[in-house]
Amino acid sequence: MKQSFFKIKENKALTSSVYKMTLEGDTDGISCGQFVNILISGLYLRRPISVCDCENGVLTLLYKVVGKGTEKMSRMSEETLDVLTGLGNGYDVSKAGDAPLLLGGGVGVPPLYMLAKKLIEEGKKVSVILGFNTKDEIFYEDEFKALGADVYVTTADGSYGIKGFVTDAMKNLEYSYTYCCGPEPMLKAVYNASETSGQYSFEERMGCGFGACMGCSCKTKYGNKRICKDGPVLEKEEIIW
Amino acid sequence: MVNTKVNLCGIELDNPVIPASGTFGYGYEFAELYDINCLGTFSFKGTTKEARFGNPTPRIAECEAGMINAVGLQNPGVEKVISQELPKLKKCFNKPVMANVSGFAVEDYAYTCRKLDECDQVGWLEVNISCPNVHGGGMSFGTNPENAAEVTRAVKAVTKKPVIIKLSPNVTDIVSIAKACEDAGADAISLINTLLGMRIDLKTKKPVIANKMGGFSGSAIFPVAVRMVYQVANAVKIPVVGMGGVSSAEDVIEMMLAGATAVEIGAINLINPFAGRDIVNDLPAVMKKYNISNLSDIIGGAK
Repeated sequence: MKQSFFKIKENKALTSSVYKMTLEGDTDGISCGQFVNILISGLYLRRPISVCDCENGVLTLLYKVVGKGTEKMSRMSEETLDVLTGLGNGYDVSKAGDAPLLLGGGVGVPPLYMLAKKLIEEGKKVSVILGFNTKDEIFYEDEFKALGADVYVTTADGSYGIKGFVTDAMKNLEYSYTYCCGPEPMLKAVYNASETSGQYSFEERMGCGFGACMGCSCKTKYGNKRICKDGPVLEKEEIIW
Repeated sequence: MVNTKVNLCGIELDNPVIPASGTFGYGYEFAELYDINCLGTFSFKGTTKEARFGNPTPRIAECEAGMINAVGLQNPGVEKVISQELPKLKKCFNKPVMANVSGFAVEDYAYTCRKLDECDQVGWLEVNISCPNVHGGGMSFGTNPENAAEVTRAVKAVTKKPVIIKLSPNVTDIVSIAKACEDAGADAISLINTLLGMRIDLKTKKPVIANKMGGFSGSAIFPVAVRMVYQVANAVKIPVVGMGGVSSAEDVIEMMLAGATAVEIGAINLINPFAGRDIVNDLPAVMKKYNISNLSDIIGGAK
């Protein structure tokens, strides 16, 4: 963990509720699947946001406005932010096999971007399924395609791509491993539908975000874990629903 | 040169700054960030006889200038704390540590304290009779003078280490409980634990926290804490350890003027993981600003 100060370079809406914030600062030590914890003026607790991408001192965060903190973030422009980086146990790319499948639901999509980039750099054949409720909520389809991934989009209402959930799109695919991030019902559906081992990224209300307060604990087959420090990524084999 | 040293129950502290139980784990997580030997000491995560997972999640809710937690005393149990956590701490902390103990029966407190009494690393036992998070016990000891005294006597009987009784603010008359603990042999009093609080989510129309209620902490509770420390310090002869919303070196000094011999810092550790170090570093300059050369001289100075 590191405390750094980041300057906002860009903060724009991708959909009616999802925003993209680009920041400049010290990105050393940040790996895919981790999150950052941002101090927001006027609010007591920091806000944990997953890392979408980071490279050469540029940090990209995609976040959905769901409450006071993210609402304040959406109105920020050229501020400098106090950010704790390098938080959490991210994705382990060494287990991917030749053809990993990445599944993201809604605002669970962002952390898969840096993961896909990394896996493609390593020469893997990467397939990505992005699940949304409806056409207007879709973001980052083109960005994943630009990386060279095979991209499938599902919408629950059928307004774009494959009608249904991410699990409907994975039926006919062959894959060596699964990486997943999204709301818990989606994680559970993928857990049940997938034929391989995998890694699942969870979320929970956090106090500190770095393992001190035990606010986000969960039970696993390997003992009690803190989502912020031992997670957010858990191995399929250890998850207890 | 200013002197930041204070003496807490016969043990000298380099400074009065003590990260509070539940906000600092067993110390070693923070030792990765800074040398925690700069602290006066710290109070480790509340420890019970048996291992506890604690309450269901969500356990955390935010408030204006504070937060509510209902962690529910998650800890690995006193045996594992002694066999696993304390050896890890020994590698990064060479001062006496404050052991925080909770229980659900008088015998539980005595059992856990007896075990911790055997640990050389432990300087003080801080006995939490006030945690509002746990059903069926934790609360009641601290809300009634007789029960508070009973726990105090039971713990004093099994240890030679100084016993600090940590009080709940969720009572009608804090002074009567502090006095009962003093009469029962407590070596010091620490206060305040969290205030019982609750938040409700307007979208779901349900409590934010799974346990419904939890302990409210953070800078919002500081004035309540200063008032209670002042009341207790003026009523007992034993030292008082003040806490509740302390977030800066200025707050430490204010708490000491109210009557605190040492000062615990809690929720701020969760927002600024370097808060303990920062407050220790800020103290000398703030002392100079207010013409304080010897910190222990100001204890209870506000009359």
